[in-house]
Amino acid sequence: MKRTRPWLLLISKMKASLRRNGFAWLLLLPSLLFLLLFTFYPILLTLRLSLFQADLSAPEPVFTGLDNYRTMFQDEVFHKVMSNNVLFALGTVPLGIALALLMAVFANKALHGRGFMRSAFFYPTLIPMIAVANIWLFIYTPEYGFMSRVLSWFGVNDINWLGTPGLVMWAMILMIIWKEAGFFMIFYLAGLQNISKELYEAAHVDGVSRFTVFRRITFPLLMPTTLFVSIVALTNAYKLVDHLMIMTRGGPNNSSNLLLYYIYETAFSFWDQGMASALTVVMIAVLLLIAAVQFFGLDRRIHYN
Amino acid sequence: MVTKFTPKLGNILMLALAALWLVPLLWMTVTAFRPRHAALSGLFSLDFTLANFATVWSAAPFATYYFNTILIVVCVFAVQMLTASMAAFAFARVTFAGSSIVFLLFLVQIMIPADVLIFPNYNVLKQLSLLDTKLGIMLPFLASAFGIFLLRQVFKTIPAELEEAALIEGCSKWQVLWRIYFPLARPTYVAFALVSISYQWNNFLWPLIITNSVENRPLTVGLSIFAQSFEIGVQWTEVSAATLLVITPLLLIFLVFQRQFIESFMHSGIK
Repeated sequence: MKRTRPWLLLISKMKASLRRNGFAWLLLLPSLLFLLLFTFYPILLTLRLSLFQADLSAPEPVFTGLDNYRTMFQDEVFHKVMSNNVLFALGTVPLGIALALLMAVFANKALHGRGFMRSAFFYPTLIPMIAVANIWLFIYTPEYGFMSRVLSWFGVNDINWLGTPGLVMWAMILMIIWKEAGFFMIFYLAGLQNISKELYEAAHVDGVSRFTVFRRITFPLLMPTTLFVSIVALTNAYKLVDHLMIMTRGGPNNSSNLLLYYIYETAFSFWDQGMASALTVVMIAVLLLIAAVQFFGLDRRIHYN
Repeated sequence: MVTKFTPKLGNILMLALAALWLVPLLWMTVTAFRPRHAALSGLFSLDFTLANFATVWSAAPFATYYFNTILIVVCVFAVQMLTASMAAFAFARVTFAGSSIVFLLFLVQIMIPADVLIFPNYNVLKQLSLLDTKLGIMLPFLASAFGIFLLRQVFKTIPAELEEAALIEGCSKWQVLWRIYFPLARPTYVAFALVSISYQWNNFLWPLIITNSVENRPLTVGLSIFAQSFEIGVQWTEVSAATLLVITPLLLIFLVFQRQFIESFMHSGIK
């Protein structure tokens, strides 16, 4: 009897583990199904189709190896789109994050108008990009738009923000910062709540100045939040394109065109499916690179609570 | 910079910035209620009208668009809530083989969101013969990695003793999930709901690509078609009125739940 006991125990343990595993996988099944069908399967599909010529002149896709990629790297519009996207990221991410942090610090313990500040900064996040595009198209319209009217009070000549190649990107960056900063503020508000009050009290007792407190306590302890927010912001810089549909259609002369909009045009206006797939592969690579750099490069320099 | 006056001055500057942030909304709201000649003249006047809204409502099938958007938003969130709760429970409270690998798979969805896979997802939908359907608009969003991570974080903070006690009392695992975890995580569900609802309400590129009939179009696509049906520079009043129609419900929901939303976000442990 005594000798069989460990066996029985092992079997019952295995049964429990099997039941536990089965239970967990059952819980995950629905999510996994959608994840596989709309994230991993499409990625594989794209990788494959990017090696084919599949456009209006090829009713049946023809295998062409890396031809699409070769054409892509020689394509001037592709270069323009990629550099636009880098400029767009450099313009929106650091400034948006800095502004969000400033908003959060004040909206966290403002003396007056805390709720007003939070709502005013946050509401653009809730508005669809298409609506934002309508609003800002009117703001940027020469002669009748808000910008023109305000600038005319200062005697500045009418500026066609969206029609000038050198200005259109900055007009977009300004609009995106307006839309996004309040969203990032929420995460900083959460981060601020997680910093222990005792740290501030100790600093106060020691007579440390407010600026030093921010530099030595608040900012370093918010680094995990900054990491998270910068990933979201960088990803967004490649994801946000709805406004181009209404405001510029990538123009003038591709000076506001971005990668995702270029994918949309290639796929659904020119019906070049092979090229659209190759472009999508580049997009996936960029997003994975962003994530990798953030996780492996920045993670070590972060102070955790 | 480090004087006694900094907080006050800073506060005033931030209030001014907040006011500046409201300008686009106010500008559009005022325009929506003005007759066209008054909106374009730029001179101050007291001419206000509701005619723009009447024109908009009769010029495009906004009632259908509204219905579609609400249907999509409600269905997506209901399914997301179910699938994300289940997955989050597995990640937070069950030790099972392969959990870290599956977790990584879900991380990929956060890094490569469905928005950028528009073209391959279009092909998947074509294979499923679901182009130009409301179900097709919803499908790619029915599992939410964001929701899973959010809920997993909260579920982990709920004491395991509660669950053990319930199991001893004879509750099944499912009952534990619905009777203990679900109600205790309610504030987080509110935050998740607002994020999910505003995301689906605002989603544009995906429904634009896969729909081509009025019966299936959501508000965003309807609005863009309406706005582009005019020549540039005219009919600003109508476009403003239409835009206001699309954004008002969300702004109202936010105003009602503002406090709860921001607080639940702050306590939900997203960092």
